[in-house]
Amino acid sequence: MYKYDHYDQAMVDARVEEFRDQVRRRIEGHLTEDQFKSLRLMNGLYLQLHAYMLRVAVPYGTLSSAQMRALADIADKYDRGYGHFTTRQNIQYNWIKLEEAPDILADLAKVEMHAIQTSGNCIRNISSDQYAGAAADEEVDPRPYAELLRQWSTFHPEFLTLPRKFKICVIASEQDRAAMRLHDIGIRILRNEAGELGARFYVGGGMGRTPMIAPVIRDFVPLDQLITYSEACLRVYNRYGRRDNKFKARIKILVHEMGADEYTRQVEEEFAHLLSQGIEPPTAELERIRTYFQDPAFEHGALDALDRSDPDFALWVDRNTMAHKQAGYINATISLKPVGGIPGDASADQMRLMADLAERYSFDELRVTHAQNIVLPHVRKADLYEVWKQLDQAGLGTANIDQIDDIIACPGLDYCSLANARSIPVAQKISQRFAAGGKADALGELKLKISGCINACGHHHAGHIGILGVDRKGKENYQLLLGGSEAEDTSLGKITGPGFDEDGIVDAIERATDVYLRERGEGERFLDTYRRIGMEPFKEAIYG
Amino acid sequence: MKILTGNDLKSGAVVWWDGRGWSLHVEDAVDAGDDADTIMAREEAARRVNVPYAIDGERSAEGRVRPAHIKDRIRALGPTVRPDLTLKPADPEAGNWVI
Repeated sequence: MYKYDHYDQAMVDARVEEFRDQVRRRIEGHLTEDQFKSLRLMNGLYLQLHAYMLRVAVPYGTLSSAQMRALADIADKYDRGYGHFTTRQNIQYNWIKLEEAPDILADLAKVEMHAIQTSGNCIRNISSDQYAGAAADEEVDPRPYAELLRQWSTFHPEFLTLPRKFKICVIASEQDRAAMRLHDIGIRILRNEAGELGARFYVGGGMGRTPMIAPVIRDFVPLDQLITYSEACLRVYNRYGRRDNKFKARIKILVHEMGADEYTRQVEEEFAHLLSQGIEPPTAELERIRTYFQDPAFEHGALDALDRSDPDFALWVDRNTMAHKQAGYINATISLKPVGGIPGDASADQMRLMADLAERYSFDELRVTHAQNIVLPHVRKADLYEVWKQLDQAGLGTANIDQIDDIIACPGLDYCSLANARSIPVAQKISQRFAAGGKADALGELKLKISGCINACGHHHAGHIGILGVDRKGKENYQLLLGGSEAEDTSLGKITGPGFDEDGIVDAIERATDVYLRERGEGERFLDTYRRIGMEPFKEAIYG
Repeated sequence: MKILTGNDLKSGAVVWWDGRGWSLHVEDAVDAGDDADTIMAREEAARRVNVPYAIDGERSAEGRVRPAHIKDRIRALGPTVRPDLTLKPADPEAGNWVI
């Protein structure tokens, strides 16, 4: 994985000291909260419902064991012994003290981490496929390109005060495991007919109050023009994005209102201009970055079979692993969704165990998924049973990836000052309801996502089943959506009808899944059946 | 009734105006009445509180102060999904107070 050079380290260290001084001035009263707010947000420090919250960037979701241990130590030393992994592949701490925030950033800097650009109207953490560099189905490891984009976008003076926040995703396989088309810019690395690698640009996607699926604006950008084309996309947005209305400020609104064709025309015009300016980083820089993403020293001829004689292990293998590009290895996903648990939360001890397992069995690497789980990307099949046993003993052996109880949930009203309703208790009730009697197993793949407000941090628009929490005359109320997907078949869910209270929404979901179990055809997932038979049979069952 | 809340500047802890200073416990909150703006301006200027604001409060049958809106009640108690991290970790009924 990428290692800081002295420029990277110097920049991050300088930022820590700058923020230390800003915090000192705030505490001593030389800065008002109005003056200080944008400074703390630039360093990922929010003031949330109960306390300060710190969001730490995990670039394209990749962590080393040392970094995961540092995150665990921060949880113990400065927080309350746990952290929350987010849908942006980051981690958040909920109980931070302002006076200790600079020390946390200093601790992060020691392991080449920071919280820069995890808030504010700038280019945020670049996200990617959690199996990047390990998936059997990818064209190439997308992370060197994500890293190049990270370096380009970090402290980019032109893009630090965009009309609104900006999220970029890079993948390199046909299967989309990163909600790529629901980003401001989604980039898919692929080959053209000549076999050359390039980038397909999707621009103007997003969730929030106005969900949109990004259209393709260019099929193929040569990879030695990746930054130039990205800069052109950002420049047109920065020029015309709505600064007068926060709710219309995202690029999806610009592309929609301007029209994808006109937006594309302007990007192409800007691109032609920028090509003449020679802004693309030298190829040598990409090559330098690429050296950090070489394959680890896989054992060739490693045993390419698993002993499935333990049925619990076999079930976990079926649910939580994915094919690896290297024979004898496998991607293992650690579910952070125990039955009745808090989606995405991990204790400091659990983080340390995951770090230890990664160090011993996964070439020192972990990945954070947008679904709030953790991946050990390079496990020898011969070691998998031992890995699973240790995970299971620590409460991390839940076999439920992509099942109804592998729920994406935002922090909701339990933690978030923007939320209108709690997400986590609903997730817990659904998880418990469907775990009982093995119903979750019977349903197979069914992605359920919950947001506690219209900002959609819990990706409810993209759930096969989505739940949106709203405030209805001071009471929590939950709207139900069906038919969304964040995968390569991206679609947006539709609201079924009137909302429900906390218990009612769980019952409604059970009625919807009963329709699926009754109507499903051979090999159909819930989403497939919904798309085939439409909303009406579900509405009849839900509201009957 | 109007009660005042904000966060402690250094720790970020949720605090409530109790008539003399800022308490961690909403039950200590007092009706700020017409003095709300004056109190908040004075206290914020002295950095005894960060970003204070006034909310609607109500009294229970036992006479205890409780925020009128669920968001403020969760803010006063702590996360309902982690009773151990709330201000009433030993009270099994604490969550019901929120609802």
